[in-house]
Amino acid sequence: MPALTPRNVIIAAVLIALLLLPVFVAFTGKIFMLTLFTRIIILALAAVSLNLILGYGGMMSFGHAAYLGIGGYAVGILAHEGITSGFVQWPAALAASALFALVIGALSLRTRGVYFIMITLAFAQMAYYAASGLARYGGDDGLTINTRSQFAGLINLSNKTAFYYLCLLLLFGCIYLVWRLVNSRFGMVIGGVRSNEVRMRAIGFPTYRYQLACFVIAGTMCGLAGALLANATDFVSPSMMYWTRSGDLIIMVVLGGMGSLFGPLIGTIALLVLEEALSGVTEYWQIILGPLLLLIVLFARGGIDGILRSLTPKVRHG
Amino acid sequence: MTLFIEQCLNGLQFGLLLFLLAAGLTLVFGIMDLVNLAHGSLYMVGAYFAATFAAWTGSFVLGAILAFGATLLVGILVEIVVMRRLYGRDHLDHVLATFGLILFFDEAVRLIWGSEGLSLPLPGWLNTPVQILPGIQYSGYRLSIMVVTIAVAAFLYLLVMRTRIGMLIRAGAANREMVGALGVNIKLLFTLVFGLGAALAGLAGLMQAPILTVQIGMGENILILAFVVTVIGGIGSIRGAFVGALLVGFLDTLGRAFFPDLLRMVLDKNTAATAAPALSSMLIYILMAAVLVIKPQGLFAASGK
Amino acid sequence: MADALLQVESLSKRFGGVLASDAVTLDVKRGELHAVIGPNGAGKTTLISQLSGQLRPDAGRIRFAGGDITALPQFRRSALGLARSFQITSLFLDFSALDNVALAVQAHAGHSFRFWRNARNEAELRQPARAALERVGLGSRADWPASALSHGEHRQLELAMALAGAPRMLLLDEPMAGMGPDDSARMVAMLRALKQEVTILLIEHDMEAVFALADRITVLVYGRVIASGAPAEIRANAQVREAYLGEQEAVS
Repeated sequence: MPALTPRNVIIAAVLIALLLLPVFVAFTGKIFMLTLFTRIIILALAAVSLNLILGYGGMMSFGHAAYLGIGGYAVGILAHEGITSGFVQWPAALAASALFALVIGALSLRTRGVYFIMITLAFAQMAYYAASGLARYGGDDGLTINTRSQFAGLINLSNKTAFYYLCLLLLFGCIYLVWRLVNSRFGMVIGGVRSNEVRMRAIGFPTYRYQLACFVIAGTMCGLAGALLANATDFVSPSMMYWTRSGDLIIMVVLGGMGSLFGPLIGTIALLVLEEALSGVTEYWQIILGPLLLLIVLFARGGIDGILRSLTPKVRHG
Repeated sequence: MTLFIEQCLNGLQFGLLLFLLAAGLTLVFGIMDLVNLAHGSLYMVGAYFAATFAAWTGSFVLGAILAFGATLLVGILVEIVVMRRLYGRDHLDHVLATFGLILFFDEAVRLIWGSEGLSLPLPGWLNTPVQILPGIQYSGYRLSIMVVTIAVAAFLYLLVMRTRIGMLIRAGAANREMVGALGVNIKLLFTLVFGLGAALAGLAGLMQAPILTVQIGMGENILILAFVVTVIGGIGSIRGAFVGALLVGFLDTLGRAFFPDLLRMVLDKNTAATAAPALSSMLIYILMAAVLVIKPQGLFAASGK
Repeated sequence: MADALLQVESLSKRFGGVLASDAVTLDVKRGELHAVIGPNGAGKTTLISQLSGQLRPDAGRIRFAGGDITALPQFRRSALGLARSFQITSLFLDFSALDNVALAVQAHAGHSFRFWRNARNEAELRQPARAALERVGLGSRADWPASALSHGEHRQLELAMALAGAPRMLLLDEPMAGMGPDDSARMVAMLRALKQEVTILLIEHDMEAVFALADRITVLVYGRVIASGAPAEIRANAQVREAYLGEQEAVS
C-alpha cells in the first residue's frame, strides 16, 4: 500500500479529478474543458511513451513526435481511402510506428550521446518531409479526417465523453504497462544501461537488443497516441512531426519529472494548462517557457515530481 | 549546362555558409563539450539585426558590420548568463537548456519585430552579375559570400593553428584545469570561443538575409542542416565540418535542382511529381544515415581538430 | 594435475605510437591465483581489457577453457565464466547494492525479455545476490543506494558483482585501489578464501597483498613480460628488482 505522502495524495487527487471531469463538464456545460483535457490525456500518453526511453532508458530521442504523425497518418490515409474501421486503422498505426521505430532504432542505437540526439532528430525530419511530399494526402496543408475511427457500434468516438474515457483508459493502461515493464527483468536491464552502459556489457548483457526493444515499444505506444490525436482533431498534418514538437514532448517529460511514473502526466497537464491560461493573458506567453525550462534544468532537475517528493524528508543512509 | 554550373556554384556557396555555422557548433562542442541548440537562434538574430541596422543607417555594409558586432555581444551575454552554468553537465541538460533558449529567442524576436518576416534588399553595387566564364554570369553577391567565407575559414585555420590564443584554445580543449592552473583565464577563453561561434553564426545569418526571407524559424531549419554536417564530418573536427558542409551543400542544392528530373526518367510522371520534393529534401538525411552506418563517429572522427 | 584455464599467446596492442602490450604471453592454471605486477604504465589494465573483451588485440590469441575467445564480444566471455572487476569503480550508483549484484546475477540467468514479473521479487535473482554480498561482507548494506557506500565498500561491491555470476575465473583489476590498511587486510583475507573456489588473475600494486596471495607472479614493464614464476623467484630476480621493486625503493 503506497504511503500517504503529500506527493501520493496530490497524484491521487489528480487522477480522481481526471476521472470525474466529464461529470464536472456535464454540470457546468464547459465543453471546451473536455476537448482540452482529451488533448492533454492523449499528449500525456505520448509523454509516457517518451519517458520510457528518455527517463527510464536514458535514450535522448529528439524525434519522438514522428510517431504521433505516423500513427495519425495511418488513420488519416486509411480513412481517406475509405477504410474507416478502427479495427483496421489502429493496428495499422501501431504496426507502422513499430516498423519505423525498428528501423530508426536499429540505425540510431549504434551511436551514442550527441550523435544519437542528432540522428533521431534528423530521421524525424525525414518523416516530416516524407509527409509533406504526400500531395495525395494533403502535403503541407494536412489531411482532414471526415469520419472518426469506427468500432462497429462498440463505441462512438464522436461522443466526446465516450472518447475522453477511452483515452483515459488507454492512458492508465499504458502507465500500468510502463510500471510493470520498468520493474521487470527487462526494466532492470534498461535502467542498468542508463546508469552504466559499459558495466552492463561487462557483466554480460547484449545491451543493443534490449535498447532496441525498448525503443520499439515506446514508438508503438506513441503511435497509439497519434491515432487518438488524429481522431481528436479530425486532422493530421506534417507539422505534428516537426522536430520542435519532439522538443515539446521532451519539455513535458522533464517538467513532470523524468523517470517517474506519473511525471509525464503531471508535466503535460502543467504545460498545457499553463498554455491555456497564459495565452488568454498575452500572446507572447511562450517567452517565459524558455527560461522556465532553463530554470528546471539548472535548479529542479527532478521536475514537479521531484519537488513533490522533496516534501517528504528522505531516510538518510550512512 | 549553364544551369548546372549555376547550381554547382549555389551548392558551393550554400556549403560554405553551412561551414560557417557548423564550424561554430563544432568549435564550441570540441572545446567546451557544449551542445548548443540555440546556435540557429544566433543565426536568426544576426539576420534580423542586419535587416534592421541596414534600414536605419541606409547602408548595407554598415548594417552588416553593426549586426556582426551586435550578434557577438548577444553571444557573449548568453555565455555569461546561461552557458557558464552548463559546463561539465550532462549533454541532456545542454540540449534541454538550449532548447529553452530557442523558445525564448523565437518569442523575443516576435515581440520585438513581429511575426511578419523582414527583408533586406541588396544595394545595386552588390547586386550586379559577374561574368565568371565566357557567356556565364553569376550573382556578384553570392560570389562575395564565397569570398568572405573562404577568408573566414582561412582566418579560423590561422587562429587555431598558428596563434597563441589558438594554442590556448586547443590546450583548453584537452585539459581545462591544467590550463587554468597555468594562470590562463579559462573563463575568459571560453567566453571568447563562444562569442566567436556566435559571431560566425550571426555572419552566416546576415549574409544569407538578402537571399532568403528573414523570419522566425529560419534558425531551426538551418540548425538541423548544421548538425547533419557535424555528424557527417565528425563532431569536434573543423576539417570534417568543412568537408561535410560542402558535401551537404552540393547534395542538397544539386539534389533539389536535378533529382526530380532524374526521378522522372525512372518513374512515371505522377509518381515522380509526388515523390520528388519529399525525396530531394531527404537526400542529405539519407547521406547522414549512410555515413553513420559505415562510420558512426563521422568521416573525420576527431581526437584532434 | 592443474591445467591452464587461461592461455595468453603473444598478445599485442598498439595505441598510436605506444605499444601497450608487447607480445605478452602467460597462462593461468586452474585453481591458482596469478598476480600481474608492474610499474604504472606497464599496460596492466590494457591487458585485462583485452582479456575481458573491452579491447581488441592487434595480434595474438586468448584461450579460455580450451576455446579461442580472441574475437568473442564481452558479453559472451562473461557467459563463459570469465568475470572482471574494474580498477576505477564502475557501479550502478542509482541502484541499491543488492540491485547492483542482482543485475550481475541476471546477466547469467537466461534472457531478460521478461516484461511482467517484478524482478526484485525473484528469488532466483535475489538469493544469489544476497549470498554474494554476504560473502564480501556487505550483507548489512544490501538495501543502501550504492552512491551512499564508502570507497572501500565500493571495492567490495565490485568484487561481489564479479562473483555474482558464479564465474570460473576472475580478472581483478586493483581490487584494493585506494583502500586503507584495515580494508586491505579484509580484502586479502577474502581473496585467500576465494582462491579455493575460483581461478584468479590479480593485478595489484599492494606488494604485501601480492606476495601473500599469489601462487605465481608475472612482471610487466612497458607492455612486455620480463619475468614470470613463483613469488620467491620473482623477489630474487635482478631485472625485476631494478625495473620495479628498485623504483619503489627510490621513491620510499
